[in-house]
Amino acid sequence: MNKLSQFTIGAMLALGSVTAAQAATLDDVKEKGFVQCGVSTGLAGFSAPDDKGNYSGLDVDVCKAVAAAVFGDATKVKFTPLTAKERFTALQSGEVDMLSRNTTWTLNRDTAQGLSFTGVTYYDGQGFMVRKDLGIKSAKELAGASVCTETGTTTELNLADYFKTHGMEYTVVALGSNSEAVAAYDSGRCDVYTTDASGLYATRIALEDPTAHMVLPEIISKEPLGPVVRQGDSQWFNVVKWSLYAMVAAEEYGVTMANVDEMKESKNPEVKRLLGAEGEFGTPMGLPNDWAYQIVKQLGNYGEAFERNVGEGSPLKIDRGINALWTEGGLQYAPPFR
Amino acid sequence: MAKDGAAAGDTQKTSMMNDPAVRSIVFQVVLLGLVVFVGWYLFHNTTQNLASRNIASGFGFLEQPAGFDIIQSLIPFSQSATYGDAFVVALLNTLLISAIGIVIATVVGFVVGIARLSDNWIVARLATVYVETLRNIPLLLQIFFWYFAVLRALPGPRDSYTIMDVFFLNQRGFYGPAPVMEDGFWTIPVALILGIAIAVAVSIWAKKRLMATGKQFHSFWVGLAVIIGLPVLAALVTGVPFTWEYPALKGFNFQGGVVMIPEFMAVLFALSLYTASFIAEVVRSGILAVSKGQSEAAHALGIRQGLTLRLVVIPQALRVMIPPLTSQYLNLLKNSSLGAAVGYPELVAVVAGTVLNQTGQAIEVIALTMAVYLTFSLLISLFMNWYNARKALVER
Repeated sequence: MNKLSQFTIGAMLALGSVTAAQAATLDDVKEKGFVQCGVSTGLAGFSAPDDKGNYSGLDVDVCKAVAAAVFGDATKVKFTPLTAKERFTALQSGEVDMLSRNTTWTLNRDTAQGLSFTGVTYYDGQGFMVRKDLGIKSAKELAGASVCTETGTTTELNLADYFKTHGMEYTVVALGSNSEAVAAYDSGRCDVYTTDASGLYATRIALEDPTAHMVLPEIISKEPLGPVVRQGDSQWFNVVKWSLYAMVAAEEYGVTMANVDEMKESKNPEVKRLLGAEGEFGTPMGLPNDWAYQIVKQLGNYGEAFERNVGEGSPLKIDRGINALWTEGGLQYAPPFR
Repeated sequence: MAKDGAAAGDTQKTSMMNDPAVRSIVFQVVLLGLVVFVGWYLFHNTTQNLASRNIASGFGFLEQPAGFDIIQSLIPFSQSATYGDAFVVALLNTLLISAIGIVIATVVGFVVGIARLSDNWIVARLATVYVETLRNIPLLLQIFFWYFAVLRALPGPRDSYTIMDVFFLNQRGFYGPAPVMEDGFWTIPVALILGIAIAVAVSIWAKKRLMATGKQFHSFWVGLAVIIGLPVLAALVTGVPFTWEYPALKGFNFQGGVVMIPEFMAVLFALSLYTASFIAEVVRSGILAVSKGQSEAAHALGIRQGLTLRLVVIPQALRVMIPPLTSQYLNLLKNSSLGAAVGYPELVAVVAGTVLNQTGQAIEVIALTMAVYLTFSLLISLFMNWYNARKALVER
């Protein structure tokens, strides 16, 4: 799968014609009838399959929101599980239409790798998990430790930066996928497992005895995780970007899955514009005018998706923190719908 | 061509296209043109497509700082090193495991191959079981077996197995003492090289004398004595210019000394034992290919069993063995890429994995990786072909 996509991209870049490469993703998606969405290979709360193979999670809901916007049907999505190593080549080679898999927005990825981050689904930061019986209270006590991580991630780079900054030695055990890194930590190959804090909580509840492990208080990096599309297709870029904004705006204006039909009659013109009751805001994007209505109707607003997948309504019980709306002291903010 | 045309013109006028010489040149020019065009088209289209997708291209990334660490490196590598350095580290790791793997596989393979032909029933059966088991289980599974079932099951650093508190074995690796060089240490490697040179010279001289006079000389034992003796002498004369640094448990892990990481051990064991099972079969078939009459004739001349094997059977068997042995060595080098599956930092894991992902330059990185395997496979091939030519039957 991984090798395959690496060679596909080579073959495709070599053989495909320039014009075909620039084809509109939205048209392709409409033609095939579903959105092909790249997700993680399994991260509880963000994107994980259940025992029937149905994916759920916050990242998955973003994929579904795009499907709801394009087709008016949130189920028209197919998921491709991708490791960190595979994700970008899979997107660049056209194997998936978009990525929504806890991927950090960085300068280099935005400029040199032909990717475009459309926004931020979850503001995260990197942390460390250790066994409680080590008696460690702070990441600054980790000198000489063995650290397990997933290869090809910003995590791997932040880790090197952090230990260098603090003048500490360490041994990195870089593994090909997240599950391998967790398994290595769990079996005792490493003292520490590191990834984004959200991932640490998701991993911890999946361990055999979650109470034997603890997450250290230090957050050592900024990890804005968001959906990614290929560069150079601004129409598709807008569709993915505004699908997420629609969820955030819906929360801000108090539009929920339950009251979305009544809200169409709202006195607030912004809400009417959002739900397509006033103006023509879907058409210029190549979408039906009720695109945002469909998203909220089927998936709820950002807050509902958050609570359902990672917040109080989930086993993870992650606090909204900086992922609260800007009106509540957080960072989630949608530009105006006009 | 002109002559053909003139000759043909005498009898019957033929078209240029029916002239075999002209035709063959035309076809070759057309083919060459086609190959060049396809090559140019692929290159041009690739660069165009990369540019239109805003994906960086070229090999400039090799000079950028890498920013990540690698668990095992033979040269100093820190987070401030470049992607080029990471490439070198990965290449050396691949070559290290391949070189050690080839040596172990050859030794084990020869022993098992000869054992399979042994008259001792138990030895022969044991060798058969070894060969049939190991060569019929996929290599990846064997790597997983060593890594997950054997090495992961070892105790943690605090409960390590130890030999006299000098060697330690735990889940994090096998730790041993490392020599710390002091002034005058250089005399020891110099003495070692000198010893090897003397041993080679002695064996050449002894062989010449044997051919000329028939007198035997124990060049093997003399050589061994010189190779071991000279460095020891050098160390004693310079007053033992090194100390041992012993590994010790400090904090989380053992510090100091040298460590063999479990990823390395798992890949090395699996790779060498797997390849050894194939080499054993190569050795067995090579020996069986030498007709029984050869050893009977040697025995009739009063040559002992061991000497017969060494002077009569093996030299002839080698002729049969070298070509298949070459492909086993090539396989081992290429199979070392499976180390990526358990996180051994070899070429595929570091370059085609981490570097590719951090830079996003899939085409350059994959091309570089493939070029390395191609180069080293061809080098092994060249060497083995040269060795084969040396061992081939010389007709007098």
